[in-house]
Amino acid sequence: MEKKLYTIIVHSENFAGLLNQVTAVFTRRQINIESLNVSASSIQGVHKYTITAWTDEETIEKVVKQIEKKIDVLQANYFVDEEIYQHEIALYKLSNPEFQNNPMASKVIRRHNARIVEVNPVYCIVEKNGMSEDITELYTELSELNCVLQFVRSGRVAITTSNLELVDEFLEYREEKYRKQKQEKV
Amino acid sequence: MEKQRITGAEALMRSLEHQGVKTLFGYPGGSIMPTFDALYGHRDQLNHILVRHEQGAAHAAQGFARVSGEVGVCLVTSGPGVTNTITGVADAMLDSTPIVVIAGQTPVSLLGTDAFQEVDLVGITQPISKWSYQIRRAEDVAWAVARAFYIAKSGRPGPVVLDFTKNAQTEMVDYEPVDLDFIRSYDPIPDIDRVELQHAADLINGAERPLVLVGQGVELGNAQEELCAFLEKTDIPCGRTLLGLSAIPSDHPLNKGMLGMHGNLGPNVKTNECDVLIAVGMRFDDRVTGNVNTYARQAKIIHMDIDSAEINKNIKVDVAVLGDCKETLAELTKLVREKKHTEWIASFEEHEKKEFENVIEKEIYPKEGPLNMGEVVRVVSEATNHEAILVTDVGQNQMMAARYFKYTKNRSIVTSGGLGTMGFGLPAAVGATFGCPERTVCVFMGDGGLQMSIQELGTIMEQQAPVKMILMNNNYLGNVRQWQKMFFGGRYSFTPMVNPDYMKIASAYGIQSRRVINREDLQEAVLEMLATDGPFLLETCVIEEGAVMPMTPPGGTVSEMLLEC
Repeated sequence: MEKKLYTIIVHSENFAGLLNQVTAVFTRRQINIESLNVSASSIQGVHKYTITAWTDEETIEKVVKQIEKKIDVLQANYFVDEEIYQHEIALYKLSNPEFQNNPMASKVIRRHNARIVEVNPVYCIVEKNGMSEDITELYTELSELNCVLQFVRSGRVAITTSNLELVDEFLEYREEKYRKQKQEKV
Repeated sequence: MEKQRITGAEALMRSLEHQGVKTLFGYPGGSIMPTFDALYGHRDQLNHILVRHEQGAAHAAQGFARVSGEVGVCLVTSGPGVTNTITGVADAMLDSTPIVVIAGQTPVSLLGTDAFQEVDLVGITQPISKWSYQIRRAEDVAWAVARAFYIAKSGRPGPVVLDFTKNAQTEMVDYEPVDLDFIRSYDPIPDIDRVELQHAADLINGAERPLVLVGQGVELGNAQEELCAFLEKTDIPCGRTLLGLSAIPSDHPLNKGMLGMHGNLGPNVKTNECDVLIAVGMRFDDRVTGNVNTYARQAKIIHMDIDSAEINKNIKVDVAVLGDCKETLAELTKLVREKKHTEWIASFEEHEKKEFENVIEKEIYPKEGPLNMGEVVRVVSEATNHEAILVTDVGQNQMMAARYFKYTKNRSIVTSGGLGTMGFGLPAAVGATFGCPERTVCVFMGDGGLQMSIQELGTIMEQQAPVKMILMNNNYLGNVRQWQKMFFGGRYSFTPMVNPDYMKIASAYGIQSRRVINREDLQEAVLEMLATDGPFLLETCVIEEGAVMPMTPPGGTVSEMLLEC
């Protein structure tokens, strides 16, 4: 089956040890996680994981179900690039004077719409926001100038572009189902 | 109720009693001592069974849970105490058995320091449990216990592990009982999708050669009557998985036998001939399917399960009916038409006949030679009027018992299906006698499996647990030996085994016993075992190189079972 880069978005309760449980599902199937970002979500007490991995649809479907099966996971969904707005941030530490003295350097920075945030005689730091491919492209071009000391990227963060807010709907559905259950018991 | 100020350990006792627990299986040790001290004050309400090894506590809790439908509880210490239960936790996970393991843990102040008997229990058990949680404060005890029991028994059941730090056991708390029946992130019973249900009904109504696969889910969901009503209205034959064997009485005319590697010819062959396959509460384990690429390719497949992660996991299905099968089966029965499948059902007969003539008759009614395993199982099953609870160990004894024991009552088989744990049988049988004290419990074991848990004879002695132990001794690790013969050129690599004198062992434990070598003594020995109050060890010296047949070789096609090896 065709392999693609899938973005998996997981929402969970904020309990210790959950990250472990989520990543273990990938480990068990020997799927490499390309990037992983965990942060608070817009819902209080709920954490959001944005994970990317190269795999096929049949596998990712099973992975997502097995993640969702964890008791404290609210929802897990997978997306292809067309279904999300995604972004990344990257930092590049570049050695001076190689960087400053290279006439190509400033052109590269401008063409990529990156920002120089620190300059001193030993190095500069460049910051770039953008899509994953843009960040990789800038890295490749800077590497060709032989001046990259350090490079780091945040990993993908993404929000869905659909009009449905899946997690909000899920929480409403759960509360509603519980209310009904209680009524039936009474 | 007024709040009371008590220790965390006392809060645990009250929380367990609040959950209706009456029986615990456990073993004390350093980090759980405050809890065992509290247990001393509750020993009249909470019957604690002291096992001889913590693995036995976990398997006993499983046996207890499987026959009673209640949650089995273990209480052990930290470190080696709880790592010894890990096999039981993993076993309960694969076989969907509700147990709660409560283990001591070093005080919070020592966590992460490699303190004496500290292990990262939550880290170890996360991948093999339904939920695992560390109780760090006494005020979390009541909530954690309520959550543990709710998770263990709801939806698809499974094991829960509570890691109970020592400081949380000794600290004081204002105790108030907690009831919990809702976790927003956890939906144990999916809603029924009416559209899918109708699709399923349409497929069934149009089917000429339908076949139902019955799994343990039917027993876990208490849907045995709903299953029979569905089968009888639609006149559909069924095969049962190993764990689903007692979901329908063995002599039900629509029961066509066991599925899987050592199952019956009929349901396996017919899996690849049916036009609609209806799987109820089973998970298409590889021991059932053989090669998935040649499994039921001709059929439309309907999968009824409570766990959505099972859908399309091993076998792609056409219709998925999620929900509690007690409800979905009842709803489906309303939507399907009454029908007769006389010809289709009759077509099983040739396979039944073929299997009987080539395998069964020789195995259970032999006229000469040493005792056969199948023969021993048949005699025990008949002598109990097919009403006993069957517990098995793992290996040839398990397959022979599963094949030739008969069932008239639900929840009558306790066996390690998914994990295939040798040493499971004896402690599980102990647990079963506490879970269903009014029923006869017979456990079949090989000489390998008995010796893996032989220390539990001590528990049986102390409790006078009325376990009827049938040892089928062939001086081999028989199942591996059979595979070595069939697939490894007969190179018996470390499968022959020198055995102790089991009569002396039984006698040392004060357990009545008898050894049977000759066929003419078998019946009477079995009757003696059943007539004896309390435990009994019956050693049957069976054919050394017996084989379980028929067989679908691993990765083989279900419809191409071998009849001889």
